Amino acid sequence: MTPLAGIGARRRRSDRVARTMLAVATGLALVPLVLILFYLVKQGLGAWSPSFFTTDPSGRFLGDPGGIRSAILGTIEIVALASAIAIPAGIGVALYLVEYGRDGRFATAVRYFVDVMTGVPSIAFGLFIYITLVLATGFGGFAGWKGSLALALLMLPIVTRSAEVALTLVPESLREAALALGAPRWRVVARVVLPTALPGLVTGVLLAVARAAGETAPLLFTATIVKETTANLAAPMNSLPAQIFSDVGQAQDRLVARAWGAALTLVVMILVLTTLARLVSRRSRIA
Amino acid sequence: MEAGAISAGGGRSILERPPLARLPDRALRWGLTALAVSILVLIGFFFVRLYLESRPAFARFGLLGFSFANDWDVQGGVFGALPLLVGTLITSATALVIGVPVAVSTALYITELCPARARGTLTAMVELLAAVPSVVYGLWGFFFLVPRLRPAEQWFADHFSFLPFVGGHVAGPNYFIAGLILAIMIIPIVSAISREVIATVPADHKEAALALGATRWEMIRTAILPYSRAGISGAAMLGLGRAIGETIAVTIVIGNAPTIGKQLFDQGYTLAAVIANEFGEAASDPLHRAALIAAGLLLFVLTLFVNLVARYFVVRGERGKRAAPGTPVAAG
Repeated sequence: MTPLAGIGARRRRSDRVARTMLAVATGLALVPLVLILFYLVKQGLGAWSPSFFTTDPSGRFLGDPGGIRSAILGTIEIVALASAIAIPAGIGVALYLVEYGRDGRFATAVRYFVDVMTGVPSIAFGLFIYITLVLATGFGGFAGWKGSLALALLMLPIVTRSAEVALTLVPESLREAALALGAPRWRVVARVVLPTALPGLVTGVLLAVARAAGETAPLLFTATIVKETTANLAAPMNSLPAQIFSDVGQAQDRLVARAWGAALTLVVMILVLTTLARLVSRRSRIA
Repeated sequence: MEAGAISAGGGRSILERPPLARLPDRALRWGLTALAVSILVLIGFFFVRLYLESRPAFARFGLLGFSFANDWDVQGGVFGALPLLVGTLITSATALVIGVPVAVSTALYITELCPARARGTLTAMVELLAAVPSVVYGLWGFFFLVPRLRPAEQWFADHFSFLPFVGGHVAGPNYFIAGLILAIMIIPIVSAISREVIATVPADHKEAALALGATRWEMIRTAILPYSRAGISGAAMLGLGRAIGETIAVTIVIGNAPTIGKQLFDQGYTLAAVIANEFGEAASDPLHRAALIAAGLLLFVLTLFVNLVARYFVVRGERGKRAAPGTPVAAG
């Protein structure tokens, strides 16, 4: 930063002012992050105890409010089922787009609507499942699997878009080499394209799972909030975000304390997933 | 696959696979196509479902009557969504005004100014903001921001009451707090897309500006910003789409009063928040339920519109890039 001749004092000053402002704004963006994490750890650790993780919410108005076992297990079950639906479907659509559809008119339309889906607010997916499945006569009522479906709708476009990027990065020469050796298309896909793109696929999938795990709105209408732990996906099921939301609404100190503990648990789970995603993407050979 | 001259029995080229061996190929192709088709069907079904279920509300109050009447009265059975629409627009606009300048600044700082060593860390930290779930933002906003910012807000309201929509009593949860939380929540996405856009500015342009004696800031102003203006607008619009659809964090800190607040620090309501709060009680009241679904449809159409505009900007930005090589770009 040697002041060259020819740059007047005024220009130099405005340069310095502008740079400082950009740096300050960057710092400003990180202030909430630090505050949230600090506050979360401070309040959340206070609520953690062995029984916090091993008991269900008691629902008693006074005394021990209980822990968050049902919420943790519920989140894992709901998100696992959602992933089991959204990951194969999302990667399948991406495979179609990259391997078969390419730049055709139909593929462009699919790509466009996947984009549209990315912009749909998560609450709209919840509402959709609510009116089609929860209110429907026949198999009405709240259920864990309906929450999974709502989350799967939310994950699908995220998985598809990231998978499409990962699959596009597979060099065309690899595909051509495999085809030239006489491999049928499905083998090329299964043995060459998917393995090469694997790290990219995994990264996208983990980010989608992390996103789904933190969603509250779609679960309120579908899996709802209950106290008991259940392995039955056809029954109403608790989840961490829904539990936090309901505890905040109660405005009782001991429930708010539980909300902080649950929030810390949720954030730790999500951070583990995103960190894994980062590590995997760093190990990727392509891209 | 063109059959060669050499052919096996049955008129089939030896290079061709027997029909049975081609089965998996066909299955894969049609299976994937069917999957892609089902996405389109799903989205169509989604829209039709929301529309059909919301019809009672539109039939009762009319499309305009529902969207723009200033009366949301659950007990009275009257549903006009204007207070919710206004709440959604005020909070998202606040989020844009606060969040976009900060996000674009971080993008510029990270790509152009900060030491190369700090780049990765800063990027990761900004992205960490996206890993915090909505409900945790709400929790933090309600128990940390609301009580701590209240004196400052009251001071601002008292001393700047000459500004429009400022002045009077500051409510605990209010539009401004919701907007501030939304601003924090949209920073990562706006910053990430802005970074991508800024990264596509050709090095030629930047080096040319510097070679002509521009300072760093002048280079940013004359080479980077004009080139990436469309892309950054697109990023801002995507952030707006996020802010409009955000539900839980806003529900916790907006105050949930179905009236139009007179000023920025009043309690309010948003389209998404009303759905999250009232759907339980609405299950037994068909009109109320239809009204909530209509609010959802309104929200969906609003985000759709914003996202289409965003897409237009981003695509235009990309097209500009493709056309750019060789052609001098007029610097503003």
